[in-house]
Amino acid sequence: MPVRQRETPFGLPRPETPHGEIVILEERCKGCGFCIEYCPHGVLITAKKYNAKGYHPPEIVKAELCVDCGFCRMICPEFAIYTYEPPNAGEKP
Amino acid sequence: MSILKELQKASLSPTAGLTGPDKHPMDDFLRMDRMPHIWCSTCGIGVSVNCFAKALEKLGTPLDDVVVVSGIGCTGRVAGYVKVDSFHTTHGRAIPFATGMKLANPKLKVIVFSGDGDIIAIGGNHFINAARRNIDITVICLNNFNYAMTGGQVAATTPEGAILSTSPYGNFETPFNLPFLAESVGAVYVARWTSLHVYNQTNSMVEAMKKPGFSFIEIVAPCPTIFERQQKMGDGLDRLRWYCENSEIQTEPKTKDADIGLRDKMIVGKFVDIERPTYLDAMNAHYQERLGSKYKVYEG
Amino acid sequence: MKADPKGVLTGSHYIDGDFACCEGALAAGCRFIAGYPITPSTEVVERFARRAPLVEGALFIQMEDELAASITLQGAVWAGKKAMTVTSGPGFSLMMEHIGLAAMTETPCVFVDVQRGGPSTGLPTLPSQADMMQARWGSHGDYEIIALSPNSPQETFDLVIDAFNLSEQYRVPVMFMMDECVGHMMERVVIPTADKIEITPRRFTKLPPGEYLPFKPGEDFVPDMFKAGDGYRLHVTGLTHDYRGYPVMTPEVQEQLVHRLVNKIRLNAPKIWRYEETGVEDADVVIVTYGITSRVAVEAIEAARKKGLKVGMLRLVVVWPFPEQRIFELASRGKAIVVAEMNYGQVFYEVDRSARGKAPVILAGHGGGTVHNIEDIVNKIEEAHKCRS
Repeated sequence: MPVRQRETPFGLPRPETPHGEIVILEERCKGCGFCIEYCPHGVLITAKKYNAKGYHPPEIVKAELCVDCGFCRMICPEFAIYTYEPPNAGEKP
Repeated sequence: MSILKELQKASLSPTAGLTGPDKHPMDDFLRMDRMPHIWCSTCGIGVSVNCFAKALEKLGTPLDDVVVVSGIGCTGRVAGYVKVDSFHTTHGRAIPFATGMKLANPKLKVIVFSGDGDIIAIGGNHFINAARRNIDITVICLNNFNYAMTGGQVAATTPEGAILSTSPYGNFETPFNLPFLAESVGAVYVARWTSLHVYNQTNSMVEAMKKPGFSFIEIVAPCPTIFERQQKMGDGLDRLRWYCENSEIQTEPKTKDADIGLRDKMIVGKFVDIERPTYLDAMNAHYQERLGSKYKVYEG
Repeated sequence: MKADPKGVLTGSHYIDGDFACCEGALAAGCRFIAGYPITPSTEVVERFARRAPLVEGALFIQMEDELAASITLQGAVWAGKKAMTVTSGPGFSLMMEHIGLAAMTETPCVFVDVQRGGPSTGLPTLPSQADMMQARWGSHGDYEIIALSPNSPQETFDLVIDAFNLSEQYRVPVMFMMDECVGHMMERVVIPTADKIEITPRRFTKLPPGEYLPFKPGEDFVPDMFKAGDGYRLHVTGLTHDYRGYPVMTPEVQEQLVHRLVNKIRLNAPKIWRYEETGVEDADVVIVTYGITSRVAVEAIEAARKKGLKVGMLRLVVVWPFPEQRIFELASRGKAIVVAEMNYGQVFYEVDRSARGKAPVILAGHGGGTVHNIEDIVNKIEEAHKCRS
C-alpha cells in the first residue's frame, strides 16, 4: 500500500484510504490527455492502441493506486472516464 | 468488413448496452442520442458541461425546473446537449430570453450558458441591463478569447497582441475585464475560474445557482484549434499546464486587477458575493407599498 | 373558451386606439408585455404599465431596446404566458431577426406595429401605411405570418383578440398593423362582458414526455405546444430542426420543416382570409383598402356615386395571407380596381399580381403624413373607370 500506516492515538481505528475502480469508455475518448496528466497518483498513461476515431485513450497501469478522487471524471470533456467505489472496498487483503 | 464499416459501427453507438463500461453516470443528464458532441479534442467547453452536470446534481433542484438558454457559437451549442428544457436562441440575445422566461415563471431555475462574444459584445447591452435589474438568472460565460465557431475572429475579450483572422497583425484593442464590468453593473456574484479548476468551477456554479440575483461566472477555457494554435501556445493540455503555472487563486481578489494579458499571470477566484433585492422582490415590495391591498403579489 | 374576467374592462369607454389595443390584449389573456417606448405606440405600453399590477398574473417590463423586447416576450411565451410587444417603424426593423426566430420556432405571439412616416426616423407623429410589405417579408428566409389591420379603436379592440387567437391556433407570430391615426384617435369602445369574448387557448399537447415530439405537425400542419417546466425536457432552436427539435442541417430536413412553415399559412389561407365588402356586386370600380384609408374611401365612394359612378369597396381586415382568390374573381368579372393606401405602392403590387392582368389596377397612394384627400381618390376612381372601357 502506498499510504504509510501509523499507529493512531487513543486506539481509534486507522484511517482507511479509499480505493476506486476506473471505467474508461474508450470509444468516446478524444485523446485530450487531461486525465492522464492530472491524475494525482499517475494511475493512467496514454495507450499505444487507437480507438475507432483514431485517438489514443488512457490505459490503466497502476490500478491499485486509484483513490477515487474523481478528478479524471470531472476534467474529462467527453464523459469518457469515471471511477466508483466498489462495494467491498473496506476490506483489506 | 471494410475498415470504413468498422469505424462506422464503432462510432455509432457510444452507449451500446445500458450497464457497465458503455455508460457514464452523467448520461441521464445528456442527450445521448446526439453524442459525440461537436467540440474539438482538448476544448474546455466539455469540461464546463461536466462541471455543470455535477453542480446540478449537488444543487438538488429537480431537472424539470431547470432551463438552459444559449446563444450562438461553440459554447452556444451547450443547450443542445443537456437534457433539460433548453433553448438555442439568436446571437447575443440569450439573456433577454432568459429574463422573459424567469419573469413569466419564477419557479424555473434559468441558466444562461454562452460564449464571450455572445454575452459581452453583441449581447453587451442586455448583459449590463439584466445585471442592473438583478434578474435572478445565472450567467456562465465561457471565455476563449475569440469568435471560435466562425473561424477565430478577434473578440471584445481578446488580449492585446493576439493574432486572429480579423487582427492578422495582432490585436491593438483593449479587451474587457469581465469581472470588473460585472461588478460595476451590479452583479451580486462574480467569479472567474479556468478549465483546470474543476472543483472550484463546480462549487461556484452551485453557489451562483443558489444565490438569488444576477450571478456571473467567467470560465477561461482553451480553444486549441484556433486561439492556442494561432498564438503558438500548443494544445489544450499545454494551456491547462499554463493555467496551472500562471493563474493565481486569491481569496479576496479585486476586480480592477483582473485584466488578462496574453502571456501574463491571471487572477482567479470569487470576486463579488453581495446581497441585493432581485427584480421581482423589488417589484413586489414596491407595488405593495404603493398600491396596498389592490396589488396581489406576483408569483408568475 | 371564454375570456378571463380579471383582464376585461367591461363597459363603454372613450379611449384611443392605442389604449383599446392594450385592453384588447388583456381581454385576450395577454399577461406579459416587453416593450420599448416609440412614438406613436408608447401609449399601449403606458396603459399596460398602469394596468398590469392590478391584473393578477400580468407583468410589464420595459426592456433596453427593441431587440431585447422582441425576444423577451418569446421567453415568456415558452414559459407559458401569452405575450405581446408594440413598436413602430424603426423598432419593427430592429425586431426582424426575432420575428424570424418566432416563425422558425413556431412561437405564438403578437407584434403590434403602429405605423408612422418612414423610412428611417421619418415622421414620428404622423401616419403612413408603409410597413405592410415589411410585415410579410421583413425577416430573412422563407416563412409566412398573419397580419391584421384595424380601422377604428373599436375594431382594434376586437381584432387584437383575434390576433391572439390566430397566433395560438396556427403557432405563428401575428403582425398587428395599426397606423398613427387609428392609434391616436379617440372614439367610443364598447367592451363586452368576459363571457361574450371567445379566446383560443394554447394548444398544449396531451401526450406525456417521451412520446411527444414538439415539431411534429397535426392534420392542419401545426404541431401542439409545450412549456418549460412541465417535464418535457425538450430542445428548441433556430437552426433547421427535425420533429424532435434537434438541429439537423440537411436539405431534406430543410424541405420538411420550412416547406411546412410556409404551407401552414398558405394551405390554411382560405380559413384565415377576412375582408369586408360593400357595394361590390354591381360596382364597376372596386376600391381595395385597409386601415384608416378605408374610412376616407367611404367618403370618396359617396362622392363618386353622386357623380353616377358605380363604386364598391373591399376592405382588407386580414392583409396577410392576401386574399388573391377574391381579387382574381373581382378582376375576372371586369371590375377595375383602385388600391388606396398611404404609401407609394405596397399592397398595390399584391393586388396587381392577384388580378393577373384581367383588370386594370391603379394606385391611389401618397407618402404619408396625412390621410388621403377625397378628391384624389375620386380622380383615381374616374381614371379606373375610363381604363375599364
